[in-house]
Amino acid sequence: MKLTTLTRAGLAAAVLIATAFLLSHGVLAEEASPAAPTFNKGDNAWMLTSSVLVLLMTIPGLAFFYGGLARSKNMLSVLAHVFYTVCIVVVIWALYGYSLTFTGGSSIIGGFEKVFLKGVTTDSQAATFSVGVTIHELIYICFQMTFAAITPALIVGAFAERMKFSAVALFIPLWVTLIYFPIAHMVWYWPGPDAIQEAAKALAAATDEAAKKAAQAKLDDVMADAGLVFQWGAIDFAGGTVVHINSGIAGLVGALLVGKRIGYGKELMTPHSLTLTMAGAALLWVGWFGFNAGSNLEANGGAALAMINSFVATAAAALSWMFVEWMVKGKPSLLGLLSGCVAGLVAVTPAAGYSGPMGAIVLGLIVGAVCLFFCSTIKNAFGYDDAFDVFGVHCIGGIVGAIGTGILVNPALGGAGIIDYAVIPPKVADYDLWAQLVSQSKGVLTTLVWSGVGSLILYKVVDVLVGLRVPVEKEREGLDITDHGERAYTM
Amino acid sequence: MKIVTAIIKPFKLDEVRDALTAIGVHGMTVTEVKGYGRQKGHTEIYRGAEYAVSFLPKIKIEVAVPSDQLDKTVEVITTAAKTGQIGDGKIFILGLDSAVRIRTGETDAAAL
Repeated sequence: MKLTTLTRAGLAAAVLIATAFLLSHGVLAEEASPAAPTFNKGDNAWMLTSSVLVLLMTIPGLAFFYGGLARSKNMLSVLAHVFYTVCIVVVIWALYGYSLTFTGGSSIIGGFEKVFLKGVTTDSQAATFSVGVTIHELIYICFQMTFAAITPALIVGAFAERMKFSAVALFIPLWVTLIYFPIAHMVWYWPGPDAIQEAAKALAAATDEAAKKAAQAKLDDVMADAGLVFQWGAIDFAGGTVVHINSGIAGLVGALLVGKRIGYGKELMTPHSLTLTMAGAALLWVGWFGFNAGSNLEANGGAALAMINSFVATAAAALSWMFVEWMVKGKPSLLGLLSGCVAGLVAVTPAAGYSGPMGAIVLGLIVGAVCLFFCSTIKNAFGYDDAFDVFGVHCIGGIVGAIGTGILVNPALGGAGIIDYAVIPPKVADYDLWAQLVSQSKGVLTTLVWSGVGSLILYKVVDVLVGLRVPVEKEREGLDITDHGERAYTM
Repeated sequence: MKIVTAIIKPFKLDEVRDALTAIGVHGMTVTEVKGYGRQKGHTEIYRGAEYAVSFLPKIKIEVAVPSDQLDKTVEVITTAAKTGQIGDGKIFILGLDSAVRIRTGETDAAAL
């Protein structure tokens, strides 16, 4: 039995607390037959809360953050792109997105077993990261729905202020279906702790050779019922690859294909309201606790770890960006603090439940400076017009976070380690730096290629069908009037 | 009668208003404007992208005064709006043919 292939996502802290909890409830007793999984109202309450917190990140958080960065003539266009994206993805998620993402099928994409939420009732259960603990499946569907909604909403910042609304309207449902669902499935779909434990117990209970062989085959089958990237052992707590690298690279491809805004680099394109951008960044930070601590799926020590990491990494990144900017450009800007804040949130997303708090601070300090470098020096050198720095903050921040997670998960560095659910009871597996870094890199590359190439094709399809870009005179006048027939501010 | 148009620094508006009120000028029109003169503008930096902002925000005030009050008005504005730094602004004086107070129909000096 190859234990290294059986190591699966989880948290040392979570397991310690969850184990204590389970023992106190007699769930982890030595009986051969596993106890029926139990709902915990606290877990459910936390996940209900987390789901709406992630919605809060997107609308109004992300919408304000982006909207403030736009020129006033395009304000409503940006808000409409984000709001539309949330609405269309929510409906698609319920129709077939959840099924394609979180049912078995292949290691690339799920099946149609739960299309139209077939078979899901108020009694349905979804696995958490603790053996014998579940939450209501409907809550899990809502929680994951908000992730599917925010990811494509991040993309629109890259091609803002010149993309046709009809192009966005078509691109978003295509992208979420052909890029997001497969990536989320590859990274996050797994059989869950109960199925693995049950198979592992059956193997341990097997006496003769034939029974052992059969039990091992069963365990292998269970372990193979997972996404490709997951099977490689890549860990992504709350979506460094799935959400941020995925949307960031799609944004860059979009910005390149649709071209620069008229007057880019020559005319003033200053943010029209950094006040709103600040309000948006702050709402993102608040909502991100649902995103990161919610990704623990249980209200326990693991969620607490994700929460403190989301505090300290974010603050460290904001400070890092601001101080580096102060040194290099001469002034400490509010936008620098806000951009660093978002970069920190992005980087800590995959690491939230794996890194220790001190590791998270280091991660934040690094990502703040790295993202500033990409959003100024690299962007200026190559001259692409990624309007609101979706690539520089989300893709680059996501890569820093994904690789950093592979390092900071190390228990020797204060990390939580990776839980092996195939031993009884589950415990933290041995850590292997290079193996983990290879796994993380494979996850990053898969996302970059899948999303980069896939998005390129989808943009081309949309270009042929409705065209990507508004005509010059409409861009000059502003998309609020020309695309939507309304204006943000009337004087 | 004359129209005195003064372009001043925005934060000097209240001082100018108080000074004009003190010499008996009761009424002015204020507009937020942008422009440039010898003060060339400044640089703004957003995420490392530098923008040369060549039009600076100023306040334009317009005051209609009887000709005999002109010198005093100009002197008061000059004193109140002055910081000694570049960018304090300018005063333009134009002739004014006539004036009417809409409510009463009074004309010229009586309308001011």
